[in-house]
Amino acid sequence: MSEATAGQAPAARVRFRFDRWAPALLLLAAVSIYVGACVATGQTQYLSWNNLLAVLGRSIALGITAIGQTFVILVASIDLSVASLISAVAVLASVIMNGSPAMIVPAIAASLVLGATVGLINGLVITRLDVNPLIATLGMSLVIQGCLSAFVSNFAGAVPSEFQFFAYGNVAGVPFAILFFFALALVAFLVLRFTRFGSNVYAVGGNQDAARFAGIATRRVIVIAHVICSLCATVAGLYLASRLRSGAPWIGANGVYDLESIAVVVIGGTILAGGRGGIWGTVAGVMIFSLIDSIFNVLGVDAFVKQVLRGVIIVAAVAFYAARSKRIVA
Amino acid sequence: MSEQVLSSQSKKARPRGLPQINPVYFILAALIVAIILNNPAFVEPTGYMNFLKRAAPLAILAAGQLYVIVSGGFDLSVGSLITLVVVGSSMLSNNDPSSTWWVISVMLGIGLAVGLINGLVVCYLKVPSLIATLGMMITLNGFAFMWSGGAPRGYLPDTFRFFGRVNIMDVPVIRMLPVAVIVLIVVGFLLYWLMHRTNLGRLLHAVGDNPRAALLAGVPVNRVRITAFVVSSLSAVITGILLGGFAGVSTDVGTGYELQAITAAVLGGAQLLGGRGSVPAAIAGALTLTAIFTLLNFLGLPQPVRQVVQGLILIAAVALAMYRRKRTGQ
Repeated sequence: MSEATAGQAPAARVRFRFDRWAPALLLLAAVSIYVGACVATGQTQYLSWNNLLAVLGRSIALGITAIGQTFVILVASIDLSVASLISAVAVLASVIMNGSPAMIVPAIAASLVLGATVGLINGLVITRLDVNPLIATLGMSLVIQGCLSAFVSNFAGAVPSEFQFFAYGNVAGVPFAILFFFALALVAFLVLRFTRFGSNVYAVGGNQDAARFAGIATRRVIVIAHVICSLCATVAGLYLASRLRSGAPWIGANGVYDLESIAVVVIGGTILAGGRGGIWGTVAGVMIFSLIDSIFNVLGVDAFVKQVLRGVIIVAAVAFYAARSKRIVA
Repeated sequence: MSEQVLSSQSKKARPRGLPQINPVYFILAALIVAIILNNPAFVEPTGYMNFLKRAAPLAILAAGQLYVIVSGGFDLSVGSLITLVVVGSSMLSNNDPSSTWWVISVMLGIGLAVGLINGLVVCYLKVPSLIATLGMMITLNGFAFMWSGGAPRGYLPDTFRFFGRVNIMDVPVIRMLPVAVIVLIVVGFLLYWLMHRTNLGRLLHAVGDNPRAALLAGVPVNRVRITAFVVSSLSAVITGILLGGFAGVSTDVGTGYELQAITAAVLGGAQLLGGRGSVPAAIAGALTLTAIFTLLNFLGLPQPVRQVVQGLILIAAVALAMYRRKRTGQ
C-alpha cells in the first residue's frame, strides 16, 4: 500500500511517515524472526508469556539507561559516562545498605545525589565551558571509574532482601522491574510530549541557535537533560545492585551500557544530530536488542559469532532508515 | 587556508601579534622537563628513545585518527582492529619466521577493507560514523575471538616483532635507535605530507568544516571521507604490528586505544566534528599523553589515578581550546 502512495504523494511526506514507523517495523521484523526461529527449531516452549517477560527482564538496566540517554541525544548531546556512573551507584548503594533494611532510603538518597551531581557537572562543563559532549562525558567517565577503582576492586557491601524486590519482586504476576520500566517510559513520554520542557528539548536539539533566539534558555535545557540522563543511569545502577545483590566496580563497563544505550536509542529512530525521535522508539530499540539476543539463544549461535552478528545488526538497523536521508551525516 | 584567514582576523582582536603556536608543544615541553627533574637518566638516549618507542604506536594511531576527525567523523574501530591484527598475525604466521612479509600484507589488506567498509557505510548508508565504527568495533572483536577460539595461542616470530621490539645499536650521536621510532618518523612524515602538503588535505579540511559547502564547491565528499577512514584503519594496522612487537599476543591489546587516540588528537588541538587539525600536533598530543602516564608512573601513582588524571586533562584541554577560540573571536 505504501508503495502505491509513494508514487503520488510528495516525497517529503512519505519519508516522514517512514521515519515514524521504522522502529515499529524493525520490532515487528525482530518479533517475526524470533517466532519463526522458535517454530522452525521446534522450540515452541519459548513462545510463552513468561518467556516474553524473561526476554524483557534481561534488558531492564539497558532500557532505563536508554530512556535517560534519549533525552540527552534529543538535545544533540551524548553521555558516555553512564556506564561508570552505574558501577559507582551500584557500589555506593550496596556499601551504604550493607545488608541492613534501615539504610535503604539513605542509600537511594545518596545515589540520587551522586547521579544528579554527575549530571549537573556534565551539563555545566558542556554548556559553560563549551566542551564537546563526547569529550566531557568521556572525561567524566574516566574520573568516576578511576575514583571508584581506587576504593574497591570487587563486590562490596550487600543489598538487604527487601531491596531485592526491585529486581525480583512480582506485582500481579508481572515482574515489578518491567512495570517500573514501562512506567518510567510513560512518564518520560508525557514529559517530552506535554510539558514545556519537552518541547524545549526538541527545539534545542533541532537548532540550538534558533531556539536561543526564540527565547529558550538553551543551556538550562541541556543541563536538565543531562541531569535526567544521569538520574536514569542511577536508577539502572540501583536496579543492578538489587539484581546482583551487591555492587562491583565493573558491572557498568561489563554491560557496555554507555555505547549500547546509545545504539539502542539510535536504533529506536532518534537521530544523533538531535531534535527528532522519542521514547517509544527507544523502548522498541530495547526490545529489538533483547529479541536479537533471544533469537541467537534459540538458534544456538556460537558466542563469538553472536558478537560479530550483533555489530552488523546494529549498523544494519541504523542504516535501515538512515540510508534514505539526504543529509551528510557526521 | 582557513588558518591564514583566522590569524588575520585574530590580529585585530589581540594587541600583541605573537605567532600562534599550538599550546600542546608547551605542555609537552613542560612535561618533559618535569620527567627529567624526576629522572635525570631521561636525557640519556636510552631514556628518551625508550620513551619515543613506547609512544610510537599511539602517535601513529592518533595521526591516522586525525584524518577521520578532520573530515568530521570518529573512528572507534581502531582499537579492535589492533587486536585483530595482533591475534590474526599470530594465527597466520604459525611461528614461521619467513611468513612475516605476506602476513603484514594480508593485515594491511584487512585494514584497507575495514576502512573501506567504514567509509562506505558512513557515506552511502548514511549511518553516523559513531555508530558505524562502533558496530565495526564489536564485529572485529568478535572476529578476533572467533579466529583465536577465545584464547590466542602461539606467539609472533621474531621477524614480525622486529618492528616493535628491536633497537638498532651503535648509531652515532644517539647510540640506539628503535625501529619503532623509524616507523613513527616515516609514517608520521607521510601522514604530515598527505594532510598539509597535498590537495587531499585541503579537501579533508573543507569536508570537515562544512560538508554541504564542500559538496556544492565540487569536492568529491564521499571519496574524501572514505579515504580518511582507510588512512585511519591502515594506521591502526601499523600500530597493531608495532604493539604485537612489544606487547605480545592477547585479545585485549587494542582495548581503549581508540579513546586514547581521540584524546591525543584533541590534545593536539583537533576540532571534533571536523575542519581543523594538524598531524604534528596530534603526534605531539600522543607524546604528551604518554609523557603524562610516564610521569605518573615515576611519581608512583596507581592505575586508577592515571584514569582520573587522563579524564581531567581531556576536559581541561578542550575547555582551554574553546576558551582560546572564543577569546580570539572566531
